[in-house]
Amino acid sequence: MGSETSGNSNNKSVVVLSKLATNEQHGENSPYFDGWKAYDNDSFHLVNNPNGVIQMGLAENQLSVDLVEEWIMRNPNASICTNEGIESFRRIVNFQDYHGLPEFTTAIAKYLGKTRQGKVKFDPKRVVMAGGATGANETLIFCLADPGDAFLVPSPYYPGFNRDLRWRTGIQLLPISCTSSNNFKITIEAVQEAYQNAQQANINVKGLILTNPSNPLGTMLDRDTLKKLLTFTSQHNIHLVCDEIYAATVFDAPQFISIAEIIDDDEIRNHCINKDLVHIVSSLSKDMGFPGFRVGIVYSFNDDVVNCARKMSSFGLVSTQTQHLLASMLSDGEFVEEFLIESVKRLRKRHEKFTNGLEEVGIKCLKGNAGLYCWMDLRPMLKEPTFDAEMSLWKLIINDVKLNVSPGSSFNCPEAGWFRVCFANIDDQTVEIALARIRMFVDANNNVNENGVVKNKQQWKKNKLRLNFSNGKYDENAMNMMSPNSPIPISPLVRARN
Amino acid sequence: MKMLSEKATCNSHGQDSSYFLGWQEYEKNPYDEIQNPKGIIQMGLAENQLSFDLLESWLAQNPDAAGFKRNGESIFRELALFQDYHGLPAFKNAMTKFMSEIRGNKVSFDSNKLVLTAGATSANETLMFCLADQGDAFLLPTPYYPGFDRDLKWRTGAEIVPIHCESSNGFRITKSALEEAYLDAKKRNLRVKGVLVTNPSNPLGTTLSRKELELLLTFVDAKGIHLISDEIYSGTVFNSPNFVSVMEVLIEKNYMKTDVWERVHIVYSLSKDLGLPGFRIGAIYSNDEMVVSAATKMSSFGLVSSQTQYLLSCMLSDKKFTKKYLSENQKRLKKRHAMIVKGLQNAGINCLESNAGLFCWVDMRHLLSSNTFDAEMDLWKKIVYDVGLNISPGSSCHCSEPGWFRACFANMSEDTLNLAMRRIKDFVKSTATNDINEISHQNQQQTNANSKKKAFSKWVFRLSFNDRQRER
Repeated sequence: MGSETSGNSNNKSVVVLSKLATNEQHGENSPYFDGWKAYDNDSFHLVNNPNGVIQMGLAENQLSVDLVEEWIMRNPNASICTNEGIESFRRIVNFQDYHGLPEFTTAIAKYLGKTRQGKVKFDPKRVVMAGGATGANETLIFCLADPGDAFLVPSPYYPGFNRDLRWRTGIQLLPISCTSSNNFKITIEAVQEAYQNAQQANINVKGLILTNPSNPLGTMLDRDTLKKLLTFTSQHNIHLVCDEIYAATVFDAPQFISIAEIIDDDEIRNHCINKDLVHIVSSLSKDMGFPGFRVGIVYSFNDDVVNCARKMSSFGLVSTQTQHLLASMLSDGEFVEEFLIESVKRLRKRHEKFTNGLEEVGIKCLKGNAGLYCWMDLRPMLKEPTFDAEMSLWKLIINDVKLNVSPGSSFNCPEAGWFRVCFANIDDQTVEIALARIRMFVDANNNVNENGVVKNKQQWKKNKLRLNFSNGKYDENAMNMMSPNSPIPISPLVRARN
Repeated sequence: MKMLSEKATCNSHGQDSSYFLGWQEYEKNPYDEIQNPKGIIQMGLAENQLSFDLLESWLAQNPDAAGFKRNGESIFRELALFQDYHGLPAFKNAMTKFMSEIRGNKVSFDSNKLVLTAGATSANETLMFCLADQGDAFLLPTPYYPGFDRDLKWRTGAEIVPIHCESSNGFRITKSALEEAYLDAKKRNLRVKGVLVTNPSNPLGTTLSRKELELLLTFVDAKGIHLISDEIYSGTVFNSPNFVSVMEVLIEKNYMKTDVWERVHIVYSLSKDLGLPGFRIGAIYSNDEMVVSAATKMSSFGLVSSQTQYLLSCMLSDKKFTKKYLSENQKRLKKRHAMIVKGLQNAGINCLESNAGLFCWVDMRHLLSSNTFDAEMDLWKKIVYDVGLNISPGSSCHCSEPGWFRACFANMSEDTLNLAMRRIKDFVKSTATNDINEISHQNQQQTNANSKKKAFSKWVFRLSFNDRQRER
């Protein structure tokens, strides 16, 4: 064996594997994921583990899965495996054309139009598949930017972007600061500032990417802002990528406005907008609620990008079994309409219940009309307005209140004290329990602050939830033991990550 | 300022190669028994369409798997929400057991070392991202699957340096070829990170011998580099010698406690063995924890649909089914293979002797007008446009010798294959006739007397050939 043997096998590993495999750019060691690990270690279950950690860090829509399930039961021919659908089996299992099943791309284009209230028409020929929105976002960056280039992104933003947009593509993300002073709205001044800073630092900005409706804010961009952003990007000849995966989760007025609508706007067209710079990302994971099916969509107004993204889709095509099922489902116009109406109703109700519950204990949320989460303002609870204090508060919430919520810092939020809490991935009972725990936590917190002494100790002891707020009680060791490489406990269907 | 990325504007996706052009021509004029009997027959697509009936009958007997149910209870909700990149445990278990079964249970696989990806396409690219930095190189024996140019190089920025294999020894990998390739890379200032082999080979259809596998392991050991074994055709071995996986040799030759153990990675897929390319089921298997960890995270960009994972976990856990499927499928492949080999022989064409895969490596060197790749292209164009067969020219597979073609045999009906064989035979005859006619014309000048009968029969033949020509 003639290879040079070095003492430390880890070092050798680093040399022998790629930089990508060994750097931390996947971002999975961020605190965003730590909460998950705590949850995985001690998952709440109404019966089996009522004191476990409640998962409120997962932006999933579980409220309307039953509607989809019913449709599937009523439509056995949508499956290629049932007696009713088997005659399609051969054609479907054998089909691997990256253009996708024609009926699928047609149905997706129709669906995209429906979720934008029919105000825009989408062209099936521009629909390109990807491995979830995760794959779609990465693919677009591969098409638009070279390693070292930069994309501007309004912060706070989805933590997964650090991995999806940067890891294998080699680009950088430059945040556009949004703050509570104006309800986290994106201002053109902030965009200009970020852009100019990049220019001064000799960084090549290739585009701006935003999520609309926003994750984590749960707010939507208004027409005026969208127009300004479109104008700005066209003027500077940079791309505009709109991640619209939460489009159909808008549960309150005003209606969602897609960038596709703005492009068609007469006034805008007079301003010499370059359509070739505009791209949309969509997915079925959030509004339809089936992230497991991995349906990501790249929709670009630029023909070259469509062609390139399509070739790249080879690396993350949607299973034809799924394409076939969804082609059938999404072309059932009646079902889609009913679903969207009902789903939004349920989201609104849940949102109301949760935000009201929080209001009752004096916790405010940013006023939002979309998404599967609230942007909670816990600044009053911080010992001091710092990110360290935010982290301490967060650890308390995870380990003592036992709720996995996501700290604003993991979203690159410029201000400390904000937390994203998801409400659509748990049932009604669990919501009650979560609110009760929050209530107790706030009460206790208030009591401590007021008198320096914890009141109502008796009440807690009575309570089966066994909350305990002595400082430093949380088990730091448990947190540090979980590393990205350690195996997650196995359950029949291992709990999803996001 | 340049609008798009380098990747978008170069053509490293390799889709301008003849491999894909043939497909395009086929798409414009596809053969159909009834609608378009003179169309181009697709023989450039390595698909397995021989055993769908076995899958269909399994489905008919297992309605639960088909209908998102487990023990009669609906699990739709769990599946719809399941997006864990660690994959459905039941599916990974079933996959690893299936992989073992294909290897005669001589190797066992640990499902924790398996990473699921959207097809082997994604598996190969992901492995490259994990093992090579931009500008690093992997050595690949030629001829190799044309898609590798895209899958391994395009977005990763890695390079491929060929290990030249020749017909003189049946395209086997030799020590000198390996060393030469390594030196070539050095000359090009490329850092070699590993060797990638396809076993069974695409396009050769042969399985690597034990000797070759040992040679490869010795080589990667000495150079301190990786070995990727793309074994997506492992279930299509229909003749002896039996399939020998690199894992088997690793264990046999006591590499388990060495660092080579962690540098061998396997790629697998259900597209070829089970004929399910649409489902996008690929996998990476590695003994290196860091590779498994990094690849798992990267699989986020191309996970396998949960409904598909569930369906296949039920199917592959049915041991009675997998046993029956594997053996019946192999029988059918063997029969089909024999058909094409015989058919080609009837036309005076030989194939490389092969025992696996969904294609033959066809020797048409004797049909070339000259021993050049230009002549190969000319011949290829004739075959696509005049004969109406889309086969893949060796040059698109980076073969170092002109005149070889890959012809697939498992993606059409028996009748279609027979038709394809007839067309080839006619083509070869006509080529020969044209040569003969040249000579006979000269002969006729010399011997008029006896030529009447000869001339008549030749005339008849030429007439009938011309008739056929006009049909096309």
